[in-house]
Amino acid sequence: MTALLKVENLEYYQKPTMSLFKKQSGFKLSKINFELNTGETLAILGENGSGKSLLGKLLVGAEKPTAGHIYLNDQKLSPYNLRQRCLNIRMIFQHSNESLNPGINIAKILEGPLILNTKLNASERLQKIEETLKLVGLLPDHMFFYRHMLSDGQRQRLALAKALILDPQVIVADEPFAALDPSVRSQTINLIMKLQKDLGLGFIFISHNLGIIRHISDRVLILQNGDLVEAGKTDVVFNWPKSKYTEKLVKSHQSLITPN
Amino acid sequence: MPKFDIYQEEFHPSPLIHTWWEFRKSHVAVLGLWILAFFVFLVVFGPIIAPFDPVLQNPNAFLVKPSWDVNGSIRYLFGTDSLGRDLLSRLIYGCRMTLGISLLLVLLAMLVGVALGAMAGLTRGVRSSVLNHLLDSILAIPTLLIAIVIVGILGVGLVNSMWAISLALIPQFVHNTREVVRTEMAKEYILASKLDGAKNTYLFFYCILPNMYEMLVVQGTMALSIAILDISALGFLGLGAQAPAPELGTMLSEGLRVAYKSPWSIALPGCAIFLMVLSVNVVGDGLRSALRNRLQR
Repeated sequence: MTALLKVENLEYYQKPTMSLFKKQSGFKLSKINFELNTGETLAILGENGSGKSLLGKLLVGAEKPTAGHIYLNDQKLSPYNLRQRCLNIRMIFQHSNESLNPGINIAKILEGPLILNTKLNASERLQKIEETLKLVGLLPDHMFFYRHMLSDGQRQRLALAKALILDPQVIVADEPFAALDPSVRSQTINLIMKLQKDLGLGFIFISHNLGIIRHISDRVLILQNGDLVEAGKTDVVFNWPKSKYTEKLVKSHQSLITPN
Repeated sequence: MPKFDIYQEEFHPSPLIHTWWEFRKSHVAVLGLWILAFFVFLVVFGPIIAPFDPVLQNPNAFLVKPSWDVNGSIRYLFGTDSLGRDLLSRLIYGCRMTLGISLLLVLLAMLVGVALGAMAGLTRGVRSSVLNHLLDSILAIPTLLIAIVIVGILGVGLVNSMWAISLALIPQFVHNTREVVRTEMAKEYILASKLDGAKNTYLFFYCILPNMYEMLVVQGTMALSIAILDISALGFLGLGAQAPAPELGTMLSEGLRVAYKSPWSIALPGCAIFLMVLSVNVVGDGLRSALRNRLQR
């Protein structure tokens, strides 16, 4: 069986900008290889500035890699063909609030990707929007709402709906739960896990919350300063960490959750 | 629509209705809207309402006093001017001319300015700079002065003054549009739309434009009041609309000669200009806060 998503030697190098006023050091994301199967969850873990968000952006095509290739179902994704990519790989942003347009209502927000990427007519689009809203646990009536009328949890659901509306195969989520309170967070996690099971999505999950990662992900990649430190099954990596860095991460997390 | 409605009375107000609800909360703004609506009514239906031709001179009725005066007649509600022309008719046609032309100019300036500004905002580098700063030199001088300079070059006349004023109004729109487009482009929802495969034209019309209404209203009303004042100022100075034409500024300068004998001949056009500018500003202010509150709660 071939992998749903295969990343080969993906590299990114940001040139240090030679500016008179601000000095910026170049950031390098060294060679990254991984595979993702259907229905599998891959977590990308790392501290701030370790390049995990960048990796997510490279996957969805917001940034162009310096070298390396991404294959989807053995088909090479061109970094310039966004249309081919956005039909299959969709992103959920960290701040659901900022990734929704405040000036247009939910129906229009969800209609945008459909207009741009599909040949559905107006009534088919409306039907698709309704279906997707129901899928993520919102009402069709929410179509007429604006961003400011929704709660944080509903916004997160909406962000998920926006990702799901094109029936993608892979969803990349960049710390989708960082801004949510625990109850809404667990609601959203359960929703995502259910949808993943129902729709057979590949899910790439960027976070630094070890608890959630342990709970939902099958495999994990650990990044440090743009280098891939460790990769493997979540249980294996967490129970028998090979590198010092992973060990430190796991220990610090455990000291947080276990009462001494 | 859903197959079954749980709440039967529920209806989903459109953005316009939301804005109207917010707008209605300010009584001053609503009053301003009524006044502005009255003027717009005059612009549209002026010729039907006006009792006389605005340039028709009655040699038997020079400087007739307004009807509320002891010597006035009901035939001429606001009296006549020094050439025996009915002031009410001239006032109606004057509002029509001043406000109508101002609206037209602002629309023209807005279209051109927003188009240029959008192009400047969506492009980068030299092209953006050139588009943005093309009309900057005009910003350094007050609009009335530019209008006078242009009229000085092109010659006196209403059409020339119209060109001058619309040209003077454009840079503000260019700058503000570019600013808004730039700030919106940096936001995450634009990145999200880009990942949906949106190109620049789509981004502008479907993503940025709905967030630009507030700026357009603010700039539009400001431009409208500037246009009204400039048109009447140029008319007053004799550089814009020429003498027999019923234009509020021109009427003012004509009335100035007989100001001691018939103060109402300058008071009425003056009041009209004042009310027009005031109502435009009040409505603009109310509309701005309504648009802003619509998206915040």
